[in-house]
Amino acid sequence: MSLSRLSSRSNLIPRPLSAAISRLISTDTTPITIETSLPFTAHLCDPPSRSVESSTQELLTFFRTMALMRRMEIAADSLYKAKLIRGFCHLYDGQEAVAIGMEAAITRKDAIITAYRDHCIFLGRGGSLYEVFAELMGRRDGCSRGKGGSMHFYKKDASFYGGHGIVGAQVPLGCGIAFAQKYDKEEAVTFAMYGDGAANQGQLFEALNISALWDLPSILVCENNHYGMGTAEWRAAKSPSYYKRGDYVPGLKVDGMDAFAVKQACKFAKEHALKNGPIILEMDTYRYHGHSMSDPGSTYRTRDEISGVRQERDPIERIKKLVLSHDIATEKELKDMEKEIRKEVDDAIAKAKDCPMPEPSELFTNVYVKGFGTESFGPDRKEVKAALP
Amino acid sequence: MSAIIHGAGAATALTTFNSKKLVAPCRTNLPARSKRCIVVAGSDDASKSFGSSSVLSVRRPQKLIANAVATKTDTSATTGHELLLFEALQEGLEEEMDRDPHVCVMGEDVGHYGGSYKVTKGLADKFGDLRVLDTPICENAFTGMGIGAAMTGLRPVIEGMNMGFLLLAFNQISNNCGMLHYTSGGQFTIPVVIRGPGGVGRQLGAEHSQRLESYFQSIPGIQMVACSTPYNAKGLMKAAIRSENPVILFEHVLLYNLKEKIPDDDYICNLEEAEMVRPGEHITILTYSRMRYHVMQAAKTLVNKGYDPEVIDIRSLKPFDLYTIGNSVKKTHRVLIVEECMRTGGIGASLTAAINENFHDYLDAPVMCLSSQDVPTPYAGTLEEWTVVQPAQIVTAVEQLCQ
Repeated sequence: MSLSRLSSRSNLIPRPLSAAISRLISTDTTPITIETSLPFTAHLCDPPSRSVESSTQELLTFFRTMALMRRMEIAADSLYKAKLIRGFCHLYDGQEAVAIGMEAAITRKDAIITAYRDHCIFLGRGGSLYEVFAELMGRRDGCSRGKGGSMHFYKKDASFYGGHGIVGAQVPLGCGIAFAQKYDKEEAVTFAMYGDGAANQGQLFEALNISALWDLPSILVCENNHYGMGTAEWRAAKSPSYYKRGDYVPGLKVDGMDAFAVKQACKFAKEHALKNGPIILEMDTYRYHGHSMSDPGSTYRTRDEISGVRQERDPIERIKKLVLSHDIATEKELKDMEKEIRKEVDDAIAKAKDCPMPEPSELFTNVYVKGFGTESFGPDRKEVKAALP
Repeated sequence: MSAIIHGAGAATALTTFNSKKLVAPCRTNLPARSKRCIVVAGSDDASKSFGSSSVLSVRRPQKLIANAVATKTDTSATTGHELLLFEALQEGLEEEMDRDPHVCVMGEDVGHYGGSYKVTKGLADKFGDLRVLDTPICENAFTGMGIGAAMTGLRPVIEGMNMGFLLLAFNQISNNCGMLHYTSGGQFTIPVVIRGPGGVGRQLGAEHSQRLESYFQSIPGIQMVACSTPYNAKGLMKAAIRSENPVILFEHVLLYNLKEKIPDDDYICNLEEAEMVRPGEHITILTYSRMRYHVMQAAKTLVNKGYDPEVIDIRSLKPFDLYTIGNSVKKTHRVLIVEECMRTGGIGASLTAAINENFHDYLDAPVMCLSSQDVPTPYAGTLEEWTVVQPAQIVTAVEQLCQ
């Protein structure tokens, strides 16, 4: 069976999760029920059940997309060390389950906004590998035309609002998007993601207060990877129960390394937010890399801890075990899939490397919506004032 | 010679303006207003504009008030209605909210209370709580929310109860508001209007008398305008709401009760354009917001002394309307900037640099800039008077420059 059909060479865009790559086995969409690894812990609400409805197709899609995300992040790591990616590069490997599970539970009309660890979420929202690598390397065909960089990935048509560098500033933006969704009566929700470090920002609580007051469909998702750059959770927060921090706002604590738990929680949260207003989800997850590429990640935690989590809680391993135990694919097929993914990523990188840098005139585009602003009102109206020396 | 070049410049400029949609439709009123409004002792001024299509109006206070703002007497526009500046802002806001259902207002006490300066009075009753939103006191969050909503297509008007409070939202304004259009490669536009009163009031204390123009002026991606009359307040408010770029509209606490007759019809003022307040020959005085009135007061004295100052209200603080300013400099060869901003790094400082850079050859004297003192605004009345520029200082400066 030609697994090569799984990844078409002509387009490197990973297919949306709902339309998975077709798999040549007899039962594509057999429903499967999977138990989450841990029960949910709830604050001011009834936790959803541990049994998650899924299908063979979805399992395989989870595996494939997570493997793609993992591979993409590892490739970004090598590119950074080769000095093709500069500046800040925050990698998401280890946390893929959060991106995948969330995507599985929502539609493209629901908005997601996150901080700077956004490569995989962009991919999950329908971005292509080529756009990711081109943007990381600052090329013209990047998703933000090379002008944003690692921390500024956006995809408007998929309701992905980025990509923000300042810690915590995206949460009021997310509540604003939720406000607009309520204003336009869209029946959609906004997932405003932040980390355990950002959970101590005041603007979060301000935004939460307004969301609760105005009943906005905003879902605050705390991706708790237990380290705010170099500061461990217990050294930064008096109360580590981020899901309870909303006080009057209900919260749910979820095992963030289990894609199905994340999916169930997001589904639950969406239903809740549309009816009752904001809810906080705390995803208990972990990042293998350091905070960013300039952080080795081992000065504030032990290598044993990292390898321990990798052995026991790795999200891709969990899905792999499920796939194998449900006989959806064999070990060899999964290995072949991973090989293909590696090739796909390598192809995307090669193509992105060939992409040219942005034109110098791009420096002055998109500052204002039209023109550079000072052009038409320079000393001579006909003269273009915005020019490189 | 310079006048002839001017005329040609004016003609071409007017035609280019015609193509821009932001020209006030009431320009037909213009000749009538200006003919009767210009009060120039002994000089016959028939020329109207230097490429500026905004209203030429001149204050004619009945008595000289030392540091208050003189109210304008009834101008001779035939149609129109008279109202105060805050009512003009409210009218502009209401008309835009009627016109476009995506426009909403958010701020502290803008809804049920009617706004601390009554700019949003009555709007909550008319449009409901979802469009006129009373926020809790969290500038950082509600400015961020306004910007987030703008990313999806809403057009919020965010009010800071006092401009100084927006310092708490500086991160949102600088990073998200100004830069998102650029860093997203053009995907998102942020059509917000951030407005609020600033400037030195009547003994309000240091923290409530701030002038934030200087802090915001280097943020790329935003536009800044300052209104000074009911006419341009309404026009700028409407233009700002319709603009796709984020606009910060600076109002002044002491100007809210200015009365003027404004046209009945729908008009907007060009956001990037300066307003010619009083054409002249001897010296160009650039000013904005409240200082316009101090300048006009000084202008009366100057005219009596035989000077002919040209007063331009620059209105657009970012970007500067270097075209109008340049034409004026080319005519008069002397520039005085009068502003309420701080001396260090203020709007005047940037304007001085821009003028020196672009029009150095036309200057007969160095550009002089009168700004507020670099001190926190004291409470005591007499001290407060001396932190801002007084008309007497303006007169002295003009005399010094023109000798």
